This record gives sequence, C-alpha cells and structure tokens, in this order.
Amino acid sequence: MNRKSVVITGIGLVTALGEGADAHWDALSAGTQPVVDETTYAPWPVHPLPALALDKQIPKKGDQRQMEPWQRLGTYAAGLAIDDADARGLVEDMHLIVAAGGGERDLALDEQVNAELAESGDGARLNEMLATGLRPTLFLAQLSNLLAGNISIVHGVTGSSRTFMGEESAAADAVRIAHARLAEGRGEIALVGGAMTAQRWDLLLLYRGGEGLHQGPYRPLSERDGMTLGGMAGFLVLETEEHARARGARILAQLDAVASTAARRTVAGDATAAAKSLLAAVAPEGVDAVISGATGVRGIWGEEQAFLRDLNAPVRHPASLIGHGVEGAFPAHVALAALALSRGALFAPMDPADAGEAPDLRRVLVTGFGQWRGEALALLSRPTLTGAE
Amino acid sequence: MRDHLGRPLVAVTGIGAVTSLGFGVADNWSRLLAGQSGIRRITRFPTDHLKTAIAGTVDLPGGEGFTSPVRVERMAAMVMEEAIAEAAIGAAGNFPGPLFLGMPPVEIEWPVRFDLARRAHDPSYAGMTKQAERRADIYETYLYGGVGERLAARFGTRGAPISVTTACATGATAIQLGAEAIQRGECDACIALGADGSVHAESLIRFSLLSALSTRDDDPTKASRPFEKNRAGFVMSEGAAALVLENYETARARGATILGLVAGAGERADNFHRTRSNPDGRAIVGAMRNALADAGLEPADISYVNAHGTGTPENDKMETFGMRAVFGEDAPPISSNKSMIGHTLSAAGALEAVFSLLTIRDGRLPPTINHDEPDPSITLDVVPNVARDAAVRHVLSNSFGFGGQNVCLVLSGEPA
Repeated sequence: MNRKSVVITGIGLVTALGEGADAHWDALSAGTQPVVDETTYAPWPVHPLPALALDKQIPKKGDQRQMEPWQRLGTYAAGLAIDDADARGLVEDMHLIVAAGGGERDLALDEQVNAELAESGDGARLNEMLATGLRPTLFLAQLSNLLAGNISIVHGVTGSSRTFMGEESAAADAVRIAHARLAEGRGEIALVGGAMTAQRWDLLLLYRGGEGLHQGPYRPLSERDGMTLGGMAGFLVLETEEHARARGARILAQLDAVASTAARRTVAGDATAAAKSLLAAVAPEGVDAVISGATGVRGIWGEEQAFLRDLNAPVRHPASLIGHGVEGAFPAHVALAALALSRGALFAPMDPADAGEAPDLRRVLVTGFGQWRGEALALLSRPTLTGAE
Repeated sequence: MRDHLGRPLVAVTGIGAVTSLGFGVADNWSRLLAGQSGIRRITRFPTDHLKTAIAGTVDLPGGEGFTSPVRVERMAAMVMEEAIAEAAIGAAGNFPGPLFLGMPPVEIEWPVRFDLARRAHDPSYAGMTKQAERRADIYETYLYGGVGERLAARFGTRGAPISVTTACATGATAIQLGAEAIQRGECDACIALGADGSVHAESLIRFSLLSALSTRDDDPTKASRPFEKNRAGFVMSEGAAALVLENYETARARGATILGLVAGAGERADNFHRTRSNPDGRAIVGAMRNALADAGLEPADISYVNAHGTGTPENDKMETFGMRAVFGEDAPPISSNKSMIGHTLSAAGALEAVFSLLTIRDGRLPPTINHDEPDPSITLDVVPNVARDAAVRHVLSNSFGFGGQNVCLVLSGEPA
C-alpha cells in the first residue's frame, strides 16, 4: 500500500507555563522556572493549570457547566489546536482520537460518605447518600469518552470519535493510530490528544500507590524520587501532506513515524531493549535531538537513560518544568517537538541532566516510557520546502 | 483475496461469549434463540433506596466481593480463552497478534475507599492518599491500563494492548480497530473484545439519575422492551465477547475454520447533545451508510440488522428513523439482543457482532422479546417474540453511544 506523508499543522498546548505555541516557545527557548504549587496538596507538589479564558473556546456557559475542569481543559486545548491549524471549516470530516483517564469525582461527597460509612460499610445507607447526593450531570463529566463527546459538541468534530484508555500508552497509541489511518488514506485530517489535571486528590490517591509520587519541595526531574504531576493538555491537528499543501496550510513538522510496544518489565533492561527495537523502525538514521517523556518514576528512569546514552543526541526533559501529564504528556511532547522544528531550534536545557545543543535541528525523537508499562517513540522532522509555503 | 478497496479480507476464526444468560457461545445462542431473559433482581448488593433493583448480572464463581475491573478482567479472560481455543491459533500464552480491548472506565471503588479511610482513621482524601503508600495492589487494579496489561501478559498478545471506550459502541470500536490493523497489514491476526462488569450501586445510581434505566423491578424478565410501546429505559447488564480476527488468506492457509467476515465498519460522531441524537439523525444514518460503503454493499444487500435497540424511548425512535432513511420502505428485519440480555454497555457491540455471525451461520434470526404491544410509530419488522429462519448473507450491527459515538459493523458469511 502507498503510504501518504503526514504532517502536523496545528498544536493546542496548555501547561503550567501557559497556553499556546508562542507562550511555550518564549518560556522554553529562553529557559524558565517552573510554576509549582507546593502547599495545597502537600507533601506532594503539583504544577497547576494557568487561568484559561474558557469563553474563547467554549462559548456556551451551558457547555462549560456540563463539564468539570478535566473536560474543560481538553476541550479548550482541542480548540486551540483547531485554530492553530486554521481548520475550523474542516471539522465535519475531521477524525478524533482522545487519550483519556476519568473525570473528577465529587470529593466532598466522597469524604462525607467515608466519614459516616467507612466503619460500617452500610450498603443501604451508601445507596441513600449517593442517590440524594450525586449531581445528575456529574456522570457525564466523569465518563472518559465524554471529553471526545464534548469536543464534538463544542467544536463540531464529527468524522469519527474514539477514546483510548491506559495512561501514557493510550496517548502514544492514539497518535500512532491517528497517523496510521491518515497514512493509509482513511480521511485527510485528524485531531488527536489528551489532557490531565493534576490538582485532583483522586488522581494523587491512585498514583501514590505505585512507585509513588515525589514528596517534599520541588526538585528537578532527575533528582526526584517519583512523579510530580503537572496539569497539561496536548492536542495535534494531523493532516496528509497533500491535503495540507492543497489548502495552503502552514506545516509545523512532518510526523514521520510513531511506534509503541509494552515490555513486561520483569527483568532489568526489558524496557530499554523494547525501545531500541522500536528505534530501528522509527529512526534508523539517528536523530538531532530528543524530547524525553520521562515521568519521574525511578525504576524506569534508568531504563530510559540507558536507551538515551546510545542515541548520542541532546535531550530535553519537559517533565522537569511542567510535571508529568500522564495522558496529556505524549501529545504535549510531540507538540513541543513540532514547535521546536517549526522555529528551527531546540529548547534551552530543562533539567540539570539535559546536555548538548542541536545547531542544525532536522529530526527530533519523542520518547515515552510509561510510569508502569508502555514504551513509545515518535519521529518528527522539519517539513520539506516543496510546494507553496 | 482482497476486498473492493484492495484490502485483505478480515475473517473471524474464533468467538467467545458470556452474558447473564450463561457462559460460552453455545449456551448463550441457544437461550437467545429460545427467547429467554437473563434479567433478574440484583442480589450482589443491597438495593434499598434505588429506583432500579434489576440487572443482567454475570455472577462469577467466588466473585461476590469483586470490584468492576476485576469482573471485567475475569470475563474478558473467559471469552478470550473460548475464542482462542476455537480458532486454534498460536500456543498457550503466545497469541500471534495484538489485543484490542473494549472496556468501561475504571476508578477506585467504595470498598477500597472505606478500607483506606479505616486504616488512616481519616475520611479525607489527604488521609487516604497518605495511607495508599506502597499499595501496588490498588494502583495496578485501578490504573486504566491495568486490565489490558494483565490480559496481554496472560495470553501473550503482541505489542501494546489498546484499551478503548466509546460508551455503548465500545465493543464495536474494538472490532473496528482490530479489522483496521489487519486491513493495513500491521498484523495477520488479532483479538478484539468488549467486556463490562459495571453493575454496582454507584453506577446504577448514575444511570438512574439520567433517567436512562427501566424501573420495572417487579417483573425483571419483562423490563427490557426494545421497540415496544411501553418501553421505558434500558436494563444495565454485564458480559463479554471476544473475536479472533485474521487475514482471510493466512487463516485459510493454516486451515482455520472461517466463521464469517468483518466486511466493513463505519463511524459518525454526533455533535448535538451528550445523551441524545440529533433529531435529524445525521450521525446514526451516516454511521450506517459509512459501514455499508466500507463493505462495498448496497442497502438491499443487508438481510438483517442487529439493533442497538436499547429500549429507551429515544434510541428506538431514532434507530427506526435511521433504518427508514437508509433502507426506505424495504427495511430488513431488525431485532434487539438487549431484550434478553439487557444493555451490556462496553460489551454490547462485541456480543452483538458474535450473535450476528451466528445468525448468518444458522440462518436463524434471534427475536426481540417482550413485544406485547406494538408502538404505532415503529413499523419495522422487529422479529417479535419468536426466532425464525431466514437466509442471511450480510448483517448490519448498530451501536450508538452516549457522547455521540456511533459505530456500525457489517458482518458477512464466508465468500463462496
């Protein structure tokens, strides 16, 4: 089958550093300090979201009310990407893949129920408290697939709609499959991405149980003993190159290849070997720079560092400045790679472990080493200068 | 052998099913053809203060204390075992292709919250979070990727498992993802499944608060009434179904028995409302037409439709509208498995694909039971109450989800 070239024509990026391409370029190319909230969820620091002018992307108050912060963030960032691609007129046949966790619970109600029922576990009383306490529409704000549903409703994206679940892997596979479908000619334009809000006790509770969250004051990624969550959303508008060129769209970067796998991680070196096997397919000729998806989880940090050593390319670790964004991380990192390629330069170091410069930035590798499972790579390159630019 | 778009044909070589009617494909199919209902009073947890006290639960051996992700994983494993055994592919723990898993969202549930709060002597999230240190059991059970990873490890599937949700269309989306992977040459075999085990008090209350559920508690087997005049909501159910999908040529070459084909799939998202279709029917009509076009078929080629047919007033009205828009006056018979097994949510699209293949194999249309009083606005042949014989070559299977995610599949018999 003849594969079509796929390009990135829009990015929608929100992190603690701000929103949009310019804000991120300005902060990250010059070098910046992280925005951290060390007190609200102490002893666990988080990178909070910036204030969003929701009305700009979600004009109806009724739509805003039907969502909680996670869905609002994702819907907002999806709109930024569509605007960035100048693709408002193309939404009807735009395909959509979202990587999602779940929406917010009613934490006050949960704590009230816990206080009354944790000892007795009284099921009948639990029913009564939930049936009278839960807001009817909260369910829709919690359902994983309703981030995509809201993107369809608010922005009119209706070509198709799929939601992948499974932390970092879900996001990498969302990008991989969106890319593969365009490359094989299933549609001309797609929107793909994910979002996560870090200012949520229910997520801190979940992730605390694994290898853990970094505890105590902010430390750079390479000096953490676990994850520091960062609210973020990354959305990408992908297009076949011929479609983008035919409509005169600005091309930020070419998305050459995306690959994923899941090592069982039962023996040391498993994840490193898995990523190396992907590299042979994704970037056999080497790369000029790497945007690392390192999460902060210690065990997998060493596996990724071993992989990176052999690449011999400058590395940047965004999680050091913006935290780990789980389902939002991989697409946000792909967006950052596209941003760097479009500006023709790599970002300033983000972490004490970041070294090296890339004077001639042509090919950028994005890595994903999931906090528990999942290895993924994406290769982006500077767009070729054929056609009307 | 290639399809009309030059893609490899996608064969189904193994299927597995579990529902409230029973364990295994054979038992389920014979009960469906007999018009039996699996809906009953809930005994898993107290139903005081609940508007709905019935469901199509799957009662797993020793599973009284299981939370949803554990039930999902158990049922998924059962149907994968059955499907892989039938396909006779790979070796134990070494399935030669990827996993596409349709499943519901997961989150920490009440037993865990109560346990953490008790241990912490603190009902707050801060207290529970402190207490969760080194609780890898909680973390791995309630991670979104947990169920898929454990199934992938157990069955030795290849690559990263894909877990997907499109609400009530989830099972169909999983099959579509698998079919696409074969069509684009990523693999020659894969396993696609849908599983759901969400019947617990909070989920029941959430659906109740959306007024989506039947409340006919005194007569459980009569509660699910798709296309019937007195329908008043769906019945929440559990179940799972798996399909081994293969490149038709490589399946034939290894001597596999071909159960049928996934001949096409179509999607259309709705942008009208979170729980309702656009009254113009554009998205569901678009999904049905896209599936036919993807399969290279005309409406007249379809001899039976496996309905989404939830039994909510809204769905069945819109599905009827869509049927008339696509098929006109000559609409084929349509029946709803949900009249017997309830709405298995994330599993529904996969279960209904399995039953569609059996419909083709046996030339027998499963009925829509509880069809006591026809709805004058629904003029379709819904195969009322009793199964009947029919020669069926191509089935359209509809799945329409909350959130506007609509997926239709075309299942076909083996090429002559």
